[in-house]
Amino acid sequence: MIQGVQINLISGDRLDKMTTMEKIRLILDDVIEGNIVVLETGLTPDEQSKLIEVTMLEITPDGFSGIEMETYAPKRSSSMGGGFFAKLLGKKGSGTRMTVIGPANQMKTIKKDKDLISAWVSSR
Amino acid sequence: MNLFLRTKKRLSRFVNAFFKKRQSRIGIYGPPNAGKTTLSNRIVRDWTGDALGPVSQIPHETRRARRKEGITISNQNGNSVTIDIVDTPGVTTKIDYQEFIEYGMEKDDAIKRAREATEGVAEAMHWLREDIDGVIYMLDSTLDPFTQVNIMLVGIIESRNLPVLIVANKIDLPDANPSAIRKAFPQHPVIPLSGLEGNNMDELYDKMLEYFG
Repeated sequence: MIQGVQINLISGDRLDKMTTMEKIRLILDDVIEGNIVVLETGLTPDEQSKLIEVTMLEITPDGFSGIEMETYAPKRSSSMGGGFFAKLLGKKGSGTRMTVIGPANQMKTIKKDKDLISAWVSSR
Repeated sequence: MNLFLRTKKRLSRFVNAFFKKRQSRIGIYGPPNAGKTTLSNRIVRDWTGDALGPVSQIPHETRRARRKEGITISNQNGNSVTIDIVDTPGVTTKIDYQEFIEYGMEKDDAIKRAREATEGVAEAMHWLREDIDGVIYMLDSTLDPFTQVNIMLVGIIESRNLPVLIVANKIDLPDANPSAIRKAFPQHPVIPLSGLEGNNMDELYDKMLEYFG
């Protein structure tokens, strides 16, 4: 059997159809299992806030110790043709970008700058 | 201050006076060990002679949000603002009790501290979504500001359209590099200071009057 780490790449289309809590459960259930999750379109700031909150509730001694998460800084709405009118029309998710999430005890960011994220992942 | 902020300030004064809105709650946010409680204590002590909570070298000393009501900050021009200061637990995405054992804690105490710290982080996030009107975001200026937690939290604060001041704390230390924080967050005012020594507090109070008044 191949030894290693499972990586789940979740498409933006799938994420668009999910509610905030469905996304958070999908991410945390995977990460608690020891998998790495890559989200094509990332999470909104509100979803990130809820993810931190729910992650804290899942931490246990000698078990799950939290998440390591990396994403690029959100794109400014003006450069995306969004801004005021996008908000007025209720456009969601603007500015969110590809995001990598893994278990804190298995994933470590080696290098991060504005256009490159380099992470190291170990198996359990 | 730009026209938008001035208009927003005037409008909010009018609304507050008309509806007798409660005082603004200013949350002191940031990663663990950035000096949030030290700064909270200094602000509260400077204007009321009181204190908010204990400080420690061990991360997550503050595990419950603490609020001090009715702090009036004023300057020599006669401007003043009355706010509540909310000292919040340090925000992180991971907590391992082993970290506290490395500081010499017993296992049971470390596990208890970790459990309380997780509750504290969740509480801090809840306050930010529901009950905070402005933020002082604290960073240790001896550390790299480009961390995911910092970028994410500043993004969350911006998405809620809350006024934010960034404090580059610990400028009394030789490795302090507040310019790295300015580069990381050029869209916000950055105030270099030492909460411990009380250096440059006047600039912070002036900015608090400008942004939270």
